[in-house]
Amino acid sequence: MERIALLLATICYLFSFGHTLFALGAGRFQPGRFNFIAMAMGALAQGWYLSMRGAAEHACPIGNLSEILIFLSWSIALIYLVIGPAYRLSLMGAFTAPLVLLLQIVALLLPGETRHGFFRPNPWVEAHAALSIVAYGAYGLACVAGLMFLVQEGQIKSRRPAPIFHHLPPISILSEAITRLVWIGFLLLSLSFAAGFLARLLVSGGKFWFSLLIWLIYAVIIVGSKKGLLSGRRLAIATAAAFALALILLPVIEKLSAHA
Amino acid sequence: MNILCAGLNHRMAHIDVRERFAVRETEMGEMLRRLRQIEGVTGAVMLSTCNRVELYASSLCPLRALEGFQMILADRAGFEAPLYHHDTPRAVRHLFRVASGLDSMVIGETEILGQVKKAYAVAAEAGSATRPLHKLFQHAFRVAKSVRTETQITSGPTSIGSVAVELAGKIFGSLEDRRVMILGAGEISERTARSLQSRGVRSVIVSNRTYDRAAALAAEIGGMALHFDHWEKGFADIDILISSTNAPHMILTPEKLEPLLKLRRGAPLFVIDLAVPRDADPSINEMDGVFLYDIDSLEQIASQTLDVRRQEVDRCESLIEQHVGGFLSWMRSIHGPEATPFVKKA
Repeated sequence: MERIALLLATICYLFSFGHTLFALGAGRFQPGRFNFIAMAMGALAQGWYLSMRGAAEHACPIGNLSEILIFLSWSIALIYLVIGPAYRLSLMGAFTAPLVLLLQIVALLLPGETRHGFFRPNPWVEAHAALSIVAYGAYGLACVAGLMFLVQEGQIKSRRPAPIFHHLPPISILSEAITRLVWIGFLLLSLSFAAGFLARLLVSGGKFWFSLLIWLIYAVIIVGSKKGLLSGRRLAIATAAAFALALILLPVIEKLSAHA
Repeated sequence: MNILCAGLNHRMAHIDVRERFAVRETEMGEMLRRLRQIEGVTGAVMLSTCNRVELYASSLCPLRALEGFQMILADRAGFEAPLYHHDTPRAVRHLFRVASGLDSMVIGETEILGQVKKAYAVAAEAGSATRPLHKLFQHAFRVAKSVRTETQITSGPTSIGSVAVELAGKIFGSLEDRRVMILGAGEISERTARSLQSRGVRSVIVSNRTYDRAAALAAEIGGMALHFDHWEKGFADIDILISSTNAPHMILTPEKLEPLLKLRRGAPLFVIDLAVPRDADPSINEMDGVFLYDIDSLEQIASQTLDVRRQEVDRCESLIEQHVGGFLSWMRSIHGPEATPFVKKA
């Protein structure tokens, strides 16, 4: 059943991504309901998988890198489902679908050897890990909004905007969405750190310093944006680059957690 | 039962003629009453806009209905004008095209749909819309919606003012509380500023070499005048700069803008350069947060939009054709095959 849930989620995201490609190829950029529904179904199937894993392990289902990536992709999809319609961020689904699909496929290809009893008996460790991943989800969506910003800004600067220009949201709205998502991610990551301290996790070692580096990068982005030092373009580039770095460091942190 | 459509539009009649035939909203009730008195007319909807005056009638004898309509219009205007006329199914196709904006002066404009809805509502309220007309107009609204959502016939702006408004919208989102500065009080700047005001811009600063001209324009559009020597002082707070001075040299250069941009704390700036020769150095478009459009680039977008719309016409026509088929099937199921075919008077 777990495999079926995962396959269902992958198919839904694949449909969403394929539909986007087809629509863009045909010159149609309407932020269709199909995309949103496919993403919602994908998130539902992932939620089903995670609940089965959680019930089996009696813990938050993030016991290996595969599960972590699924949890991350689920977080991104869920945040999109809330943020996208609320901000009227048309086409955000088109940009989010490839990212969640990529994470899902990588997760499927990875071996799924769960470290049984990884979180027991300390719920703070579980909260620490889950909050970190949801924070990554917010950063992931900030990265998506950043990429949308760069595309739209390029369209406006080109003075010969392509049809996609009419369907992408205004850059000010995207900039605002990036800032809020970075804030959400930052607060969640800070809470995750607090949970880590309560769990008496090691305040040294590679895992701690890598995690702190990511936290600091986003803190700098927030301060820079607040002080007016980062224009919309720089903010978009910074969030996209920061998330790329966070994704690269994720397997390293996971590996170091396993040995902690 | 037949559906008749007859009237005149911008393609066949000059505005001098159209305005004589136009029916004001207050006169519509009386006009519909007269139309229903024509022999064989069971129901009527009249559409009167600046570009067209059209009758849609359900009639057992379309020829008599046409003659009656012509007489009423001639009586009203004091002279006869040639009218186009269609019966089922061409009348159905015509209304679907009109409601979808395919028959408009600017292809794909959406204002016409509101006008068609209004005409139908007035007729329905006056008890002038029969069952086939109810069905026809409701079907036309669905067709217009489907054409709008399934094709790009309404996409993009088609005039300099609307291009500027759309670009500003894509930079700032809502234009409420955005501040505009006009450098050089020309007519085209004024029109562009008015377009932006119609979308919510409240604060406009006008600066001109002749202060009196700036003050006059500011008073006209509800803005504030500023001496030309001091325009840079207001720069930190503005979002949109419309420039159309007669300066022989460029007044907006990277060297001049760089220190001013620092005061803006990363806020974007939309520069609309309407002057010829240009007021803004094209290289300012490369600066972070600055978006420069000159008159050529604005015109190019408007014409590009119309090209896209023209390319979409075939797709719209085929969508409309499907709907015409659907409507005719309904008509046949209720009223049987179309009654007397429309025979043009010899």
